[in-house]
Amino acid sequence: MLVAVLSIFVGAALAPLLVRLLGRAAGWVLGLLPLGVFVYFAQTLPQIAHGESLRQTYEWLPLLETPLSFYLDGLSLLFALLVTGIGALIVVYAGGYLAHHHQLGRFYVQLLSFMGAMLGLVVADNVFVFFIFFELTSLTSYLLIGFYHTEEGSRRAARKALIVTGGGGLALLGGLVLLGGVAGTWEFSRMLDLGASVQGHPYYLAIFILVCAGAFTKSAQFPFHFWLPAAMAGPTPVSAYLHSATMVKAGVFLLARLHPVLGGTALWTGTLGLFGGFTMLMSAWLALRYTDLKQILAYTTVMVLGLLTMLLGIGTEAAITAMVTFTVVHALYKGGLFMMAGNIDHGTGTRDLLELGGLWAAMPWTMAGGVATGLSMAGIPPLFGFIGKEVTYEAALHMHTWGLLVLVASVLANVALVGAGLLVGLTPFIGEVKGAFTRDPHEATPSMWVGPLILGIGGLAFGLYPSSIDHTLLQAAQAGILQESHEVHLALWHGITPAFIASLVTFALGGVVYAFWQGLRVSAFMEGVGAVFGWGPGEVFERGLYGGVHLSGAITRRVQNGQFRWYLCATFLSLLVLVGGGMLAGGGGAEFSFSGEIRYYEVALATLILLSIAAAVRTHDRFVAILALSVGGYGVALVYLLFGAPDLAMTQFAVETLTLILLVIVIVHLPGIQGDESIGVRLRDGLVAAGCGALLTTIMSVVIQTSLDLRVSDYLAQKSYTEAEGHNIVNVILVDFRGLDTMGEITVLAIAAIGVYVLMRMPRQKKPSLAAGTSVAASRSDAAETETD
Amino acid sequence: MEQITAIVSGAMIAGSFYLLMRRSLLRFVIGLILLSNGVNLLIFTMGRLIRTQPPIIPEGAKVPPEPFANPLPQALILTAIVISFGLLAFTLVLVYRHFAAGTSIESDDVRASEPTEPLDVDDQARRLPA
Amino acid sequence: MFYSLILRVAARVLVPLLLLFSLFMLLRGHNLPGGGFVGGLVAASAFVLYVLTAGVHESRRVLRVEPHTLLGVGLALAYGTGVLALLFGKPFLTSLWVDLHLPVLGDLHLGSTLPFDIGVMLVVVGTALLMVFSVEDRLPGLVEE
Repeated sequence: MLVAVLSIFVGAALAPLLVRLLGRAAGWVLGLLPLGVFVYFAQTLPQIAHGESLRQTYEWLPLLETPLSFYLDGLSLLFALLVTGIGALIVVYAGGYLAHHHQLGRFYVQLLSFMGAMLGLVVADNVFVFFIFFELTSLTSYLLIGFYHTEEGSRRAARKALIVTGGGGLALLGGLVLLGGVAGTWEFSRMLDLGASVQGHPYYLAIFILVCAGAFTKSAQFPFHFWLPAAMAGPTPVSAYLHSATMVKAGVFLLARLHPVLGGTALWTGTLGLFGGFTMLMSAWLALRYTDLKQILAYTTVMVLGLLTMLLGIGTEAAITAMVTFTVVHALYKGGLFMMAGNIDHGTGTRDLLELGGLWAAMPWTMAGGVATGLSMAGIPPLFGFIGKEVTYEAALHMHTWGLLVLVASVLANVALVGAGLLVGLTPFIGEVKGAFTRDPHEATPSMWVGPLILGIGGLAFGLYPSSIDHTLLQAAQAGILQESHEVHLALWHGITPAFIASLVTFALGGVVYAFWQGLRVSAFMEGVGAVFGWGPGEVFERGLYGGVHLSGAITRRVQNGQFRWYLCATFLSLLVLVGGGMLAGGGGAEFSFSGEIRYYEVALATLILLSIAAAVRTHDRFVAILALSVGGYGVALVYLLFGAPDLAMTQFAVETLTLILLVIVIVHLPGIQGDESIGVRLRDGLVAAGCGALLTTIMSVVIQTSLDLRVSDYLAQKSYTEAEGHNIVNVILVDFRGLDTMGEITVLAIAAIGVYVLMRMPRQKKPSLAAGTSVAASRSDAAETETD
Repeated sequence: MEQITAIVSGAMIAGSFYLLMRRSLLRFVIGLILLSNGVNLLIFTMGRLIRTQPPIIPEGAKVPPEPFANPLPQALILTAIVISFGLLAFTLVLVYRHFAAGTSIESDDVRASEPTEPLDVDDQARRLPA
Repeated sequence: MFYSLILRVAARVLVPLLLLFSLFMLLRGHNLPGGGFVGGLVAASAFVLYVLTAGVHESRRVLRVEPHTLLGVGLALAYGTGVLALLFGKPFLTSLWVDLHLPVLGDLHLGSTLPFDIGVMLVVVGTALLMVFSVEDRLPGLVEE
């Protein structure tokens, strides 16, 4: 399985090359890769359907207990097949859809990386491997949604998706870590039978909330649903893939995967049922407010996700059967419909239902796929969608309590879905051509209609022969979720059951919705629905985001006001507060005792240095300042001389002299020190500076009273002659013991010299108009520079 | 004597901190020099002060006669003195270039990386290169 | 601007003396106070004194090589002694010693630390001069040419 996952990523890396070599035909070739992986997974089906599961482990970071482990059971297999199967069609489709886009290669890199991440996610066994792939889908979908990165709308939508799903991912990480800690294992496969002990643990509530936060954001459950409709700003192949088989299903997959561990409690059933049911009902009706094909499809995706979440919450055998069935149903029709919408957009230049109609003659192949998938979405027999709807109703009818409520909610949501399915699948093709299209309507290339067609045929085939998958794939997937095997039997015709009657009611109401959609769309009722749920959370998110940006902007402008001296002051103050406060808190005061012999000339020298510092600090005359500075520097040199460091003294003398000369040479070309800060600022700085100085003196006094570890110095002194053949220990340290440091130092010195050289040689920049404010010295140096230039 | 150099070194660092926080870049440069001197003295003091001969092994001997000054901080400081000369020269020339580029020699006017006009996020987003 | 006859005359005597002194400092550095840093700084001071009295142009002529060259040669010497140890199969920068018996100079005990120190000295001189030259090039006025 590692090879299967990795091969997709390798394909991603090779995609640009392939696009360069083959041009737009690359899609067909690249499509073979996911197809191959699909076949690989498909051939494990007999084994999996038999009730077995596959597990593979590759050691990776053994110290962190993070093996690259993969686990394939019915649930993983179902999703892996969807990811790769529909992925193959999408790859082919994208080759046609973006044939003329100059960044097709880049698109394939992102798309295949996304596919690899999604595949890794569904087959991962280790919690952290799972999480890495989970986050990788967030990142790659960010790139995909924002593929048209020159458009602000795309960037906005991509950012929205990233922040919502990424934020949820953070919560999920916390949940998974807690879960692994409680369960005592980091492998999903070993957790599956630990449900009872996890649910009895005091952390269960926290784990549940965090995992739900991850799953709900990813799967666009209320109140996080708003990012998904916005995500249709990406190219159509992306929407088709994201909505049908991947990304949004990751959250549902996560809940399904953890169902044996976390599911079955009242908390689980209540939360998932409530949020799922509400999301389902809300988005189904919101979908009908729009006229944009992709927008309608996006909201119906949210509706299906709500449905799947609700069914997982219910968690009975019938509900899980419905959940796995509907997952397949939805993947088939939603992928096809999005591709169809892309074809219509491509062929006519519009996706607006109000402008579309009568395309049957111009786009026959697209119509074939579109009608088949659209009717499946509407749940019309004999398509697979009908069976999906039936089993949903069955699940509701099997419930002991709340069954009626769930049934009514499902019927109401499905009524909207019938309407939406007919609107999307039929309206564009039937009737007369309504308006003038910006383009002459024409059929898309085969690469673009083959996908919807295959998915449409798939929906039809599974509808007519549900026995082809119910005993194998769906039953295994159900067993993966429930951890116990039940027989799954699907059929088009059950006889006149309550579910069938509910279906008839749904058709009748759905037909009414379809017929009166124009009026319904603008009715007060729909306006109300839109006003309450359409904008709320999305708007809150946008406002919050911008509020956050502006708030941080305001804080930044206050704290980082661009005043260098304020930054320094803050730094010094932190030093004072943190170190000084720490010392006070630790009770480490210093006894200041003058021990040892003190000679009068030493005191005189210290006084001289102190006076020179005072002069350098106080004066506003730049020449006085540098002279005072030099006096202090020579004084320090004398200190070195007095205490057995002639090398230092000589170096200090020479450097002090050179510094003085360099300062004088440059300073005469600069204006003098002008003005002074306000008394308050000076007082503040003075206090901070004096405090820091006192702090350092205190620290030194404390350190002096401790004993000094002289081992290094003694070692150097002992070995200086015997090993390095030098009498001057300081010099031996510099050129021998620590020669490497000296080498580094002279290199730095050379770089500084070259830096000075380059700075002085740089061509003059154009002066901004600020020059008016500067003094005479400025104009003088101007004149000087024009001469030398 | 260490106590006295501790005071002197503390005073130097205090003075340099004060100068570093001034508006005039000239005083900033002076503060920088004072700082390096002060810190060098601090290191020297921490190595303990002994009124004695330098750490030099006399002709014929294999090890220096006790007591001798601690050679390790001396080697450190020698390096530091020379490096701080390079730093000073570079800073000084930087200040000059800043002045020659047309603005003043006040640190408040060094704003190239942090412009004074408030940042318009929407505008920035719109101006991203295509 | 800083024209001073006394300084000029004094410089004529002082500069060669200072240069000689810097060599002295360098050579005795391994055994007595001194060394490459001090030697380099003294030599640089001598040249800067010359710059102050005779101007950059004249100093360049007298120096004969550009300060960059000093930097480069110095770094090459220092790195070269490090690499030399590698050629003898020792770790980088290990110092090597040889004893020479020369007829005139007598016994010499030479180590690879000397070229290293010379490299340090050249870099220090080069640094100081490159800085002073480039600043003086750009900001004339201190010295009359």
